[in-house]
Amino acid sequence: MSKRVGMEVSIAVAEAVKLANADVIAAYPITPQTHIVEHLSELVADGELDAEFVCVESEHSAMSACVGASAAGARAYTATASQGLALMHEIVFIASSMRLPIVMTLANRSLSGPLSIWNDHSDTMASRDCGWIQYFVENGQEAFDHTLIAFRVAEDPAVSIPAMINMDGFILTHVIEPHVLMTQEEADRFLPPFRPIHRLDPLKPVTMGDFAMPDIFTEIKAAQEHALRASRPIIDKAWQEFGEITGRHYRAVETYRTEGAQVLMVAMGAMAETAMMAVDHMRDKGLAIGLVKLRLWRPFPTEDLLAAVGDAEKLVVLDRAIGFGAAANPVASELAAVFYDHPNRPRIFNTVLGLAGRDVSVGEFEDVLKKALDADRRPGPVGDFDILGVRE
Amino acid sequence: MTDKEKPMGWKDIPAGAVVNTPGNAAGYHTGGWRSQRPVFNMDHCVGCGVCYLYCPDAAIVMVKVEPRTEKLPEYVPEILLDYCKGCGICAKECYMAAFGRSCFQMMDEEEFR
Repeated sequence: MSKRVGMEVSIAVAEAVKLANADVIAAYPITPQTHIVEHLSELVADGELDAEFVCVESEHSAMSACVGASAAGARAYTATASQGLALMHEIVFIASSMRLPIVMTLANRSLSGPLSIWNDHSDTMASRDCGWIQYFVENGQEAFDHTLIAFRVAEDPAVSIPAMINMDGFILTHVIEPHVLMTQEEADRFLPPFRPIHRLDPLKPVTMGDFAMPDIFTEIKAAQEHALRASRPIIDKAWQEFGEITGRHYRAVETYRTEGAQVLMVAMGAMAETAMMAVDHMRDKGLAIGLVKLRLWRPFPTEDLLAAVGDAEKLVVLDRAIGFGAAANPVASELAAVFYDHPNRPRIFNTVLGLAGRDVSVGEFEDVLKKALDADRRPGPVGDFDILGVRE
Repeated sequence: MTDKEKPMGWKDIPAGAVVNTPGNAAGYHTGGWRSQRPVFNMDHCVGCGVCYLYCPDAAIVMVKVEPRTEKLPEYVPEILLDYCKGCGICAKECYMAAFGRSCFQMMDEEEFR
């Protein structure tokens, strides 16, 4: 077991990519992802990581280079944020449809405009249907761990699907946290060499990324959807084996003090850490409050969520992005779909918060929870939502 | 991938819809796009092969025939209807068209249904 070291979370993520022995890194610097690729470029330049660092001219090219590299059988990595993800949008969908196990760290940042470099989930929610495996992490250790876990799952021959790790920009990327890094031996034991299911090889030619006529397109998309859903047991197995090696255990949906809770908060990403403090405060006051954390966003862990929520009467669903004009915001709409058929479905209160990095205090989480506690349990319209702290 | 006899189900699709049989364009019958069909008239043909050269989709092959007389050509074009998209270039470029005797007459595909 390695020792605990303090380092910036971005640097830890770059160290994880090094431990994963990535072959090709193609990335364009964008705040707040910059330190990840800066450090990787140093590691390559210093000869510490035997990889090709492709200095691309845009994120569109970054993802394109990753697609080419992965198709040739290389372990490919990139990182981006916000506008960068938007610029590579079309290739993101192509990577998953070609089933290329690229790993991407997304340092979540608001989409413009107005221009903002700070954190929220509007970038990733605009790409949520891209067909990638999508994780959310809540601290540096999880970001480090999931870099290796993401490669392991993505490259499993039964999966072969790209994976993105959502980590909140600045809130995680730029803070110094304690990390337990893996040793190279541990990383190698956990992550076997990449053995692509198909590969560009002049001696055994194949066509990748072909076009498809209407008579086959639907079948191809059905196959892709089934493959993404079928990745779930492999994800669980990777988490289990990772836990056996490191002692750090992960699950698709995690719970915090949910026993007998009347009101459960549902959070994703770094805000879950603050939410836990709010839960502690309220539990200390004897209030039946708990927290449910979604670590896996795609494939969506429906059964796990149902089990985690149990008989709770009310859910406070936190969205870090607005679904403009939608029936409900992204996370709330997902949960509404999950519970629609549920005989004992909880009332969903939806709150949008933390846009463009606006701080959410423990007290504000408590206010949101209190409001839900005091409200009627009779189901209300899911589409109604509060924007926390918004000035009129 | 578009074998009309046995259409693939989603379970048959290789991961990433990879096409792992190189040189398979022959199996892709694009002739279904055709709205007009070139109909060959052997009596006009001098066997020059211009149609074969001009066909943009290699949908014309020159085939050996037994000429009835020495003056008739030994090789004549055959249209591969699985691939011919009916562009009409063969009918237009045919040398005999200069004499108003093109080897190919473009006819509506409807008439063959």
